[in-house]
Amino acid sequence: MSLQIVVCGSLVPDPLQTLEPVQTPNGPGLKNETMLPSVLDPWAACALYEAAHLAEQVAGSQVYLVSLGPKAKLQQLMMSVAQKVPFQLVAVDGSASGFTDSALVAEELAKAIEAIPGLDKSKLLLFGGCASASHDAGVTLQLVGERLGIRDLFTGVDELKVNADGSFSVLERMEGGCYQASTCQGAPAVIAWATGSLPEPPNNPRVGMANMRLVMPALMKAKPAPQVGVGGIAYDKTEVPAQKRDTRVVKDLSTDEIAKEIVEWINQ
Amino acid sequence: MKLIALLHTQADGSLAKAALETVSAAKQLGVPFAVGILGKGAKAACGAVAACGAEGFFAVEGEAFEQPRYATDVAAETALVQAAGADVVLAAQTSRFARSLPGAAYRLGAQVDTHIVSLSLEGEKITAQRWYYRQRILATFSRAARPLVLLVDAGLYEPYAGEAAAATVQDVAVALTDADRRTTVTGVQASSADGQTIRPDAKLLFVAGAGWTKKQKDGAVHTDEAGALIQGFLQKSGASLGSSKSVVDLQSEGQQGLSFISHMNQVGQTGSTPRHPKGLATCCHGEEPHVVGWRFINERRAVNTDPNCGWAQGKADVVYVADAFEVMQKVNALL
Repeated sequence: MSLQIVVCGSLVPDPLQTLEPVQTPNGPGLKNETMLPSVLDPWAACALYEAAHLAEQVAGSQVYLVSLGPKAKLQQLMMSVAQKVPFQLVAVDGSASGFTDSALVAEELAKAIEAIPGLDKSKLLLFGGCASASHDAGVTLQLVGERLGIRDLFTGVDELKVNADGSFSVLERMEGGCYQASTCQGAPAVIAWATGSLPEPPNNPRVGMANMRLVMPALMKAKPAPQVGVGGIAYDKTEVPAQKRDTRVVKDLSTDEIAKEIVEWINQ
Repeated sequence: MKLIALLHTQADGSLAKAALETVSAAKQLGVPFAVGILGKGAKAACGAVAACGAEGFFAVEGEAFEQPRYATDVAAETALVQAAGADVVLAAQTSRFARSLPGAAYRLGAQVDTHIVSLSLEGEKITAQRWYYRQRILATFSRAARPLVLLVDAGLYEPYAGEAAAATVQDVAVALTDADRRTTVTGVQASSADGQTIRPDAKLLFVAGAGWTKKQKDGAVHTDEAGALIQGFLQKSGASLGSSKSVVDLQSEGQQGLSFISHMNQVGQTGSTPRHPKGLATCCHGEEPHVVGWRFINERRAVNTDPNCGWAQGKADVVYVADAFEVMQKVNALL
């Protein structure tokens, strides 16, 4: 039993950057968006690390990273991501803006996945983050899965255990800090990861060199997806609401007085 | 516009607060609407909201729909919306609907928007608000396309609280195949063996930062003492526990952290953004991206040794410049 693990994941602005919305001819965007440093979307990164970990355990398995973003920015991103774990890149050249319509993104991702040479859907595990750190809708993998005809889907996943017969068990986050535990007969399935349990792998130059041999041709072959945009969403306004509070700094109270004030506040 | 408020029951057949909030959201739009319920005891649950003013009630129930499972839920939701002839679907952003409704939207040929935090209606135009880039940019938007599926965040509407009554319910049949039953839900597990620390209905969110696991004034690390203080506080105050990313990462990197804190507790850019009336942050350090974790906390206080820390300055109402170990020991004693 081998698996074909396809991870959907794209770039998002580095979380430490200040984000300011601006209007562009194509709808809302971010100020200096093309200049903002990018990282692999955090939940998609967890999905990629989990995919690589699973592929190590299941002999003969292959990991693909399907990424939709501006080609030049994807190339920059791959300089760091490719150092982490082995994968084969499938690039789609289009907007990675958070204001794009998820349905249009899903359509392009599904087309790119369908076009992977030798893809066997009976062995397919479709991975990705449970939501992106840009649009944060949590719908793209469902829409891709539906287009690919996959009927088993799990989201907010923190644990996946694959058995020797191909069946697997999964823990999904649910309300109240609990997990829903499920079993599934096996691939094909969609697994939308939360954080999982693996740390970020250290950079591995050997992995990086092997990946980069395939990354550059994949970027050269990236199909343009100009239709990925805001689609049918009519944005009236995008704003960063003022959040600043007048903070009262308490320096001169004793520990007893601080504790008393906190308890009174809690009990109010 | 034909509106349906889509609800699901809980494992015991009751309607959760989020479902009752959806009924209120539909009522507030001020147009005729139907109610569709799926899950265990769906028909009986229609009675609990029978007096809400809905024009019709639709239900899908049966053994296959008692489990929150993608394939069967998508089939049921699709059938409910089609039976009601609805072109706008309102539902709560629960884990069950968040998993399956986007799939149902695809089968209905609908557009789907999630995490809606505000809704208004003018004529046929629905204007909604939601956050982008993890609670950093708020957008106001609309869509002309129909059908439209909208998942609304919890805590925005007062739960519907009408009297139970008899409802005339249309039983909606759903055709399933073996392929829809490849997944079996086997149960629900707590995220931590040390007890449930995530309490969505708590009045207070207690956020523990990495400072609890660092060297203290005596030059030593006191992780066990920190754990005891935090757990003692949670027990006495009934607060929900959040943590910064750095605390959670300690565990996955194999360092000594706080064993009862998991990724589920993480708040912020890559964690959750819970809604509580009050929040108390202790030993937290960080910049804006991490602080989004308490974006939806109304009253905020912090205990921190650095009054200029990004977690506190301009973000909290009060920052106490003090040693959190000493303060929380006293707080626990007073509680």
